Amino acid sequence: MFSGLMLNTWIAATAVAVIAGVTGFFAVLRGSTFAAHAIPNGAFAGAAGANLLGFNPFAGLAVFAVAGALGIAGLSRRARSDVATALTFVMMLGVGALFVSWSTEYAQEAYSLLFGEVFGVASDEVLPIVALGVVSVAAIAVMFRPLMLSSALPEVAEARGIKARRMDLAFLLVMALATSMTVPVVGALLMFSLMIGPSAAARSLTARPVLAIGLAVGIALVTVWTGIVVSYQTNWPLGFFVGILGAFFFLAGRAYRAAARSLRPRRA
Amino acid sequence: MGHLLRYLFEPGFFSSGPVHDALAVGAVVAITSAVVGVFTVTRGQSFAGHSLADIATTGGSGAFLIGVNQFWGFLAFGAGAAAFMEMIGVQRRRGRDVATGVVLGAALGLAALFLYLSTQESSTTGASFTILFGSIFVLTSSTIPALIVSALLALATVVVLARVLLLSSLSPDIAAARGVPVRAVGTAYLMALAISVALSAVIIGAVLSTALLIGPAATALRVAKGPVRAAAVAAGIGVLATWLGIVLAYDSYYWPPAGRGWPVSFFVVTLIVGSYLATYLRPRRQRAVPETLDTEHACSVA
Repeated sequence: MFSGLMLNTWIAATAVAVIAGVTGFFAVLRGSTFAAHAIPNGAFAGAAGANLLGFNPFAGLAVFAVAGALGIAGLSRRARSDVATALTFVMMLGVGALFVSWSTEYAQEAYSLLFGEVFGVASDEVLPIVALGVVSVAAIAVMFRPLMLSSALPEVAEARGIKARRMDLAFLLVMALATSMTVPVVGALLMFSLMIGPSAAARSLTARPVLAIGLAVGIALVTVWTGIVVSYQTNWPLGFFVGILGAFFFLAGRAYRAAARSLRPRRA
Repeated sequence: MGHLLRYLFEPGFFSSGPVHDALAVGAVVAITSAVVGVFTVTRGQSFAGHSLADIATTGGSGAFLIGVNQFWGFLAFGAGAAAFMEMIGVQRRRGRDVATGVVLGAALGLAALFLYLSTQESSTTGASFTILFGSIFVLTSSTIPALIVSALLALATVVVLARVLLLSSLSPDIAAARGVPVRAVGTAYLMALAISVALSAVIIGAVLSTALLIGPAATALRVAKGPVRAAAVAAGIGVLATWLGIVLAYDSYYWPPAGRGWPVSFFVVTLIVGSYLATYLRPRRQRAVPETLDTEHACSVA
């Protein structure tokens, strides 16, 4: 389980979990759950296009993820953001459907892009994944304070001269960056569960932001590691375990909060 | 004139049975999605609408696994998820989105498992593609009556509930004060949404059914005044986009590069997004929040 090829899997999956925990926390806090779903999923079209033209799929993913972030941010200027997200997203998927229909042998690869192929991480893929992970975590760290303020208290942030739109675009771009590296590993559909489940659970456990980010990363790591072990044993797809564990942790967090709330009056 | 028609419609377009079925079912589904979509956009539930489609995918792949027609799988999972979302749903929009996201994540995990299991059995990956992106030309005629009946059911639900639904969408407090059972209305609406999403999932695929739901409605709400007109315009845009998409897909059979035809879903999505973007070309009207109806309408319908 810890042999050469599997070592790549462990490193890549760990990097993915860290990045998912950090960006997911802000996605949940800002209420951009839909964008967190749309960007990785839409980016899959880019991989299909790159495959068609003979480019590196990472490049296609990155281009489409960034284009998606720009599209969502651009349309949101004059439309409601959920509508903007939905329309950008379906457009990317429509193009993806076109690309897939053009290429003949893409169906299998489309499946692995959507649902991930964590046991097939090549050695030369590990370095770019870790590097992009470091870059996106660093980007979040650099804009931590303004991002935190504009997510939690948008009015106060605006009063202090933090442009909400610019912050939104910056965050979406970081998410796009993170996505382009994670999609080939856990798959577009499951990257999303890894971002939302652990972060939502962490948010119901604590209100302190730094602690919550730490918890989100921790829960994401536990989810992915458990998923890899069980998936290795059973041969069932990793995505299944990630999705189910994410929901489990969310419900556990909710139950904990409900219990804490019902106990508090008695103590007082 | 005859030449032009020949140019627009490839020979055999009007005599093809699958095309007839596609045009008829496409229109019914487009109208249902568009009308339901007006409320989805007004209520700010685009994400829920999209999630129901994705969750329906899980049902579709489950149905494929046990050998039942996909539509029943779409419908069962969509309705189940709608009920579950309403159950754990929180009033605040952010909390609701997170609850939606978690349900969606779990459902996608299940979809991965179902698809994996069915590839184990039949070694075809084409199934996942059909489920996600749909194929309007392979409707089995036995499901068509079921499709149309459930579309009418969803449409009737929304039309009957229109007034209270609109009021409780725009101003839940006023609605509750007037004795509207806001939660029951919300649940009924989510059920109608689940049905219409399951329908369009059959037509253009689970992933792209969001386009039919959100696109025409968002466009209509930008150009039409009042809910009734918006619903009519949305239905018109939806039907036009679907029909034109079918015609273009049929024509594209000999187009480069593959010579196998371009997917219907691509054309439908492009036409819908294009029509939405076209509304930006119009001079802006004085309206505080676009894509929504204001409380003035809420009071006028109440």
